[in-house]
This record gives sequence, structure tokens and C-alpha cells, in this order.
Amino acid sequence: MSSYDIIVIGAGPGGYVAAIRAAQLGLKTAVVDREHLGGICLNWGCIPTKALLRSAEIFHYFQHAKDYGLSAKDVSFDMGAVVQRSRGVSSRLNGGVGMLLKKNKVDVIWGEGSIDAPGKVTVKAATKSVEGPAKEPPKGALGPGSYTAKHIIVATGARPRVLPGIEPDKKLIWTYFEAMVPKAMPKSLLVMGSGAIGIEFASFYRTMGAEVTVVELLPQILPVEDAEIAAHARKRFEKQGIKIITGAKVTKVDKAADSVTATIDDGKAKQTIKADRLISAVGVVGNIENLGLEKLGVKTDRGCIVTDGLGRTNVPGIYAIGDVAGPPMLAHKAEHEGVICVETIKGLHTHAMDKNMIPGCTYCHPQIASVGLTEAKAKEQGLDVKIGRFPFAGNGKAIALGEPEGMIKTIFDKKTGKLLGAHMVGAEVTELIQGFVVAMNLETTEEDLMHTVFPHPTLSEMMHESVLDAYGRVIHS
Amino acid sequence: MPINVLMPALSPTMEKGNLAKWLKKEGDSVKSGDILAEIETDKATMEVEAVDEGVLAKIVVPEGTADVPVNELIALIAEEGEDAASVAASSKEKPAPAKASEAKAPEPKAPETKAPETKASEAKASEAKSLNSEAKQAPAPAVAKGERVFASPLARRIAKDAGIDIAAVGGTGPHGRIVERDVRQAIEKGVGKAPAQAAASGKPAAPSGATMAQGMSVDQVKAMYPADSYEEVSLDGMRKTIAKRLVESKQTIPHFYLSLDVELDALLALRTQINDAAGKDKDGKPAYKLSVNDFVIKALALALQRVPDANAVWAEDRILRFKHSDVGVAVAIEGGLFTPVIRRAETKSLSAISAEMKDLAGRARNKRLKPEEYLGGSTAVSNLGMFGIKDFSAVINPPHATILAVGAGEKRVVVKNDAPAVVQAMTVTLSCDHRVVDGALGAELLQAVKGLIENPMSMLV
Repeated sequence: MSSYDIIVIGAGPGGYVAAIRAAQLGLKTAVVDREHLGGICLNWGCIPTKALLRSAEIFHYFQHAKDYGLSAKDVSFDMGAVVQRSRGVSSRLNGGVGMLLKKNKVDVIWGEGSIDAPGKVTVKAATKSVEGPAKEPPKGALGPGSYTAKHIIVATGARPRVLPGIEPDKKLIWTYFEAMVPKAMPKSLLVMGSGAIGIEFASFYRTMGAEVTVVELLPQILPVEDAEIAAHARKRFEKQGIKIITGAKVTKVDKAADSVTATIDDGKAKQTIKADRLISAVGVVGNIENLGLEKLGVKTDRGCIVTDGLGRTNVPGIYAIGDVAGPPMLAHKAEHEGVICVETIKGLHTHAMDKNMIPGCTYCHPQIASVGLTEAKAKEQGLDVKIGRFPFAGNGKAIALGEPEGMIKTIFDKKTGKLLGAHMVGAEVTELIQGFVVAMNLETTEEDLMHTVFPHPTLSEMMHESVLDAYGRVIHS
Repeated sequence: MPINVLMPALSPTMEKGNLAKWLKKEGDSVKSGDILAEIETDKATMEVEAVDEGVLAKIVVPEGTADVPVNELIALIAEEGEDAASVAASSKEKPAPAKASEAKAPEPKAPETKAPETKASEAKASEAKSLNSEAKQAPAPAVAKGERVFASPLARRIAKDAGIDIAAVGGTGPHGRIVERDVRQAIEKGVGKAPAQAAASGKPAAPSGATMAQGMSVDQVKAMYPADSYEEVSLDGMRKTIAKRLVESKQTIPHFYLSLDVELDALLALRTQINDAAGKDKDGKPAYKLSVNDFVIKALALALQRVPDANAVWAEDRILRFKHSDVGVAVAIEGGLFTPVIRRAETKSLSAISAEMKDLAGRARNKRLKPEEYLGGSTAVSNLGMFGIKDFSAVINPPHATILAVGAGEKRVVVKNDAPAVVQAMTVTLSCDHRVVDGALGAELLQAVKGLIENPMSMLV
């Protein structure tokens, strides 16, 4: 029986980062996983989808080569090769996580962990994985058994939410697992849910040529984004040929041999849509089962573990981070929570994360990125706001790139000049948003942002202009 | 329009004053510069001058009224052409104090809040001004003046808008940087409120502490050191009490310090003589063995009898003066110190003081003192001579008004009769609470101590 300072259950982005940080702080650490290092993010989420979307993007450029004075004939794709590239990216990074853990002397324990009591973790051999059969442990991993640790961090992540009657069957009704590795290109696709996952797959499959319909329950696609940004994106998607139905619900799905027919109810009328495949992307739920949490009396709420912001649950010695500790369910949030949790355990100076400063990125075409309050949320809070907007059409670099569509919107508190939120849609905005995230964390005001020199010619100049616009000082618009 | 004469604030801390005397009667005509009334404040008696011409129509606050709040209406002057009688009559309908006492002064830059209708004499006004400039520096800044304050732009702006001195705010951001939440908290707690505002509103800054800089938080302190470079020592009750009382002392007691060199030759000779004459008890040990400190205790006790004004303590709005000399003696013990009190030390013989000290110090070391044995007293003796300390300034142990810090006795070369001479001497430093003991009074007390020690026979009678 091995004993540790910290055992982390789950080697996703939250879990492995927490483990490495713990090891850096001199704590004896192990991480338990049953199927893959790097979790969903690295194996079935963030990373492999970015690889797919990159293929789609390049395909898109080839199709529009003429716009740039180039010619490309007989442009086509091999879906098998596209998927293979995506899997290759995941597998490379998966191996990288193993190396990092080894380098930091973090033990990997292979199997399904559960907590018998504070301080005691039992690991059983996993019987299956999300991909089917149980997977081989990485080299050097420890096996099933009893382990003890002064502190146990639950980082078991989340899985797709299942709607009753529309259960994924891996064949006709997909989740992101199947959508990530299509054996063949579906001719038509129905996407249920217009959050980041749904929209990214809709964008990918549409670019690759499928007829795509997106059904969203709420009146707005990308419901967490600013309404203006979402409306801009919607117009672009529709121009690309994506059919979007908002304020509507899939009430019934009839399966045929190689297609589904979905009944869609928008409250006024019903319609049916036939598609080869249906992707269910209606959110995720925390993996809180089979961990022994009920027996220990760990408090949960709506499928997630309740923590105090520093990762502590109501049971001393048991912590939770990442998706399983509640929304927003984002890898970078999980990583940061992991670090805060471990530093709290070590007794270092920590502050709970300000969830308002967690950026969100969606890698569809056009890209969406945001941080902080939307205009609606700011007004809901009774804040008096100043709003700036700047269009891609006014930016030299955007025109040169052939990307004249999109906008950057900034929201300031009128009274204090505090940057409340920033919202972007357009080319490369997922790489721009971090400028505003840093600004918010350093608590800059509009004045400091105006005084900042942005390099020319870059897309980032639009960030500056948007700030200037909020205060009536915009130059290029 | 009749002119309101308001109770003037003649110092920034002035909250109330006594209306000592009216020098004009109702119906008297007044012109600018005439003295209307005399006001007694905590510091002095001051005069209220008329600023405008007219007739003193109505005295609202009669003379002899104590504790009249600043900015309260005290009289009405009818302007030329106005009927004094009707002004007086109309004032009955609106006897409400002038609004000024509620409203913020519009110009926080002018915190003297002189009611416009009244004017102190030039000298007084300048005194008020200089007092005020002192008050401006009053809130102990978290950052020394002139040093760079690390604060986020947003924190600075919110502090500025709220009229908070950013330097008085403690930071909890990375490396102690002041961030938005710190300023929001400071606003809630009222930390760092610019004194101008406090004075302008006619109220002094809230009682002690409110304008004091907060010490650094545990997180802030810990953030400055690598986590493995220290061990944490939890505080016991004694350490907490020492910390609390001495912070209170340094923040609330205006200390000043007086030092004197005292010659010890006579005392040491007498001490040898007395100790040599001590009878032996049944174990063959001397019945007593006087220490220099025993003499110092007795000297201080007798000195307090000779300078009775110094045998007193501050009690919020009054002074308590004592008949007997209860002298505390600081006793260092493992992990802290106690200050047991020798009661009525002026009445006790040196051998009695010596025996009592031995008993108290012994029980202090075992933490067996009863509270009544270490509470009270108006002064204390702190002796670090045994460590070879030449001189030091002690922190007054509240509520005491003084503490005598005693350095080591040593041979020194001094000038006697224009020739160098070697004497035994030590340096004593008296820390005084200026609220009770002024400079001259403290000096008088210290001189009395010196006289007694240098002529120790006088302590025997």
C-alpha cells in the first residue's frame, strides 16, 4: 500500500495540472485514471476538434483560393486522413502528458478510483473505456489496489448530457465521441444544441459539405455569448448555408436504417427534419457516480460537487476541481482550479478564482471569443455601461487577410471605467481575447487601455479602437 | 436676510465647545471684527468675531451652555435695514440648527469649516490651520509617504471617487498590490477616509483604529516569503494580549521621551552597606539583598509623591490622579512578560519592596499571578541593565501615563569641578503620555528620581 500527500482522481487537464503543481510544491502525488491521460479535452474535446477544424479551415481557403489570386483545382478531402491527423495530434499530446507526469515524479495509477473514507482510495481495474474495451495502462503505471493520501482531489470531469428518448446510439445519434471520428461523411446532419460543442461540429461539417441544421432551445444561438455577437455569428452561419432554428425543441426522433427524422416544436408549429445523423450536444453533466461521494456525505448540486471556491468540499480532506466541481466547464478553468486547490492544501496564498474573468472561445468559422459580462448581464446587474464596437471592416490587417467581417465589442462601467466584458467575433479572435483577460485581471481602466500602444498592422488594433469607441474617440470608424 | 452665527470649529478635532460668555447683548449693534462671544474648547478659550455689520438680533445659545456642537446656530444678526425684532421672532419659527452641520462642506479642500459668519482671531485661525495640517497626516499610511503605492488603476480610481487615501489601504493582490476588492473593503470599513472630509462633516474621524492603517494580513505577509522558509507559531493568550495592548499604546498614546544620566556611586555604597548589615536567617542566608532596581522602584514611587500631577492616568475624557504610588515592574518570562504592581510603594521599605518583587517575579515566571497583582498602577519600571543595555525607550503599558526605562550601570568619565572624574552612572529614559504628563512635568518627575537615586539616604527616611 502506497501512501501519498495527494491523490488526484482523473488525469484530465484539471487533474494532471493539479498533480504537477503538487509535485512542484514537493508533495508526493499520484493521479488515477481509467482511460487516458489528458482527459476529454486532449483526447475527445478541445484538441482533436481543433485539428479537425484546422483541416476544414484549410479546405475552405483552397475553395476560396481565387479570392487571393491563386488557383487550386480538384480540391477534395479524405475524411479518413482528416480524422487520422486529428487522432495523431491527440495521441502525441497524450504521450506528452505522460512524460510531464514522469518528469515531475507523479505516479500514475491505472484504473477506476473511488474513495472509501477520507484518506483512502481504492483503485479497481477498469472494465471499459469511452472508446469501448478497457485500455492498456501507460508504461510504468501502478495497478489496482488500496492507496492512502492526506488529501484527495476529485477531478473526474463530465460527460455528455443525455435527453430521454434521444439517447445516443453511436450509430445514428452521435455525441462528440462519434462526431470526432466519422467513418464516412454524412450528407446531412442535425445538431441539437448551439453551445460551443454543437456550433463547432456544425461549422466543421458544413465546411466539409454537409447540409447542417442546428436546433437550439433558447432564442439565441451560443446562449452564453453577448446577443449582438451571437446575432452576427448567426448571420454568417446562415450565409454559409447552416439552417438555424432557435426557440425550438427536438421532441421526437424516429430512426430509420441510415437516417433519423426529428420532430421539432417551436411552440407554435411542428416540423420534421430528416438527416443522416444527429449530434446531441445539449451540455455535459459531472461524473460524480461510483466515487463513494454519497457514503462520505460530500455535498453535490445538480450533478456537480459543491466546493468553496478553493476546491474544498464539505468533507475535510476531499476536494473537487474542474467540470465535476461545476460550470463553466472549460479546461482552462479546471487547470486553474487545480492549481488553486493544491496551493490551498499547501497553505500558500490563494484567492478563489473570479469566474467572471474566465474567457471562453468557440472555434467555429467565424471564431467567437469573450470574457466578462455580456451587455445584457451588465444591465441586469443595474450597471451603467459604456459600450464600444469596432468592425473588422475598419482594420487594415483584417482586409489584407481577406477577413473583413466580424466585430469587437467592449463594455465598461461608466462610473469607474472598469472593463466589464469584451466580446469578439471574426478571424483569429480566440488569440486576441487574452489581451483583455490580462487587462481585466490587472484591473485596468479605459484610460490605461487607451494609453496602450497596439502594434500595427494587427487585428489587435481593433481592441484599441473598440475601447476608444466606447468613449467617443474612435479613429477608423 | 438675517445672518446665522454658527458655532465655529477652531480645530479639526473640535466636536463641541462651551459657550463661555456673550460679550454683546441682543440689540447691540455689531460691526465686522467685534468680538461677539468667548468659546471654551478642549485647548483654550477663543473669541468669536463678527464678520458682518448689523444688530445682534437673537442669542440662540445662552452663555454658560456646555458642549455646543460645531456648526450649531448660536445667534442671529439682523443686517442693516432689517428689523431685529422680526428677525428674532422669525427665528423662533425656525429654531433648527443650521444646515451646515448636516451638509458636507462643498469644498473639501477647506477643512477648517469656519462658519462663514464667524472668524477666529488671526492667531487662532493659523493655529487651527497648523493643527489641521497635522491632522492631514494623521491616518498612518500603509505605505510611507513618498514611497510608491502599488495599486491597480481601477483601485486608484474607485479610491479617488470615494475620497479614500489609497496609501492607507492594505493590498491583498499579488505582492500586496492594492486591488478593487481592497478598496471596496476599505470603503465599507471606513479606512483611509481623507481627513478633510471627516473634518468638513463636523465630526472627528471615528475613534481610534478607524483611520489607522491595517496591519498586513497573514496572506500578505506569507506571500513575501518562500513557503518552506519559516515555521508558523500560533499565538498564546499572553502574546495576543501583548500585541493588542502595545499596538493600542503606540496608536493611542502620544509618547514622548526624556533621558537623564544618574550617578550611582552613593547608591551602590549605601546598598553594600545595607546588604552587609543584613541579618542571617536560620539557613544562614541573608535576610534581604537589595538590588539597584529595588532602589529605582522606591525612587520612582517617592518621586511620584513629590510630583503628584504625574501620578495620574488618562481616562477618555478625564484624568485619574492617584494618592499612592503603585509602580508596575516589567518581568520578562518565557514567551512574554508580566508587569506586576508594587502597591503603595512609597510607604514600603526597600527590604519590603525587595521581598515583594522576589515573590511577584517568581510567581510571574510560573504564571501564577492573580489579575489584581498585575492590574492598575500609573507607571512602571522596565530594567534591561542586566543585559548591558545602555539606554532604551519603553512603550507605555496602558493605561499608565509613564514608564521608566533603566539602562546598565557602568563606570563613566564625567567632568567634575572642571576635571575628569570616574563615576558609576546609568541612563534612565522616561516615556510619557503627553495627554497627562507634559514635557516640563515629565522632566520634573525624572529630576526627582535622579535626586533620590543620587542621594539615596533620603529614601530611608
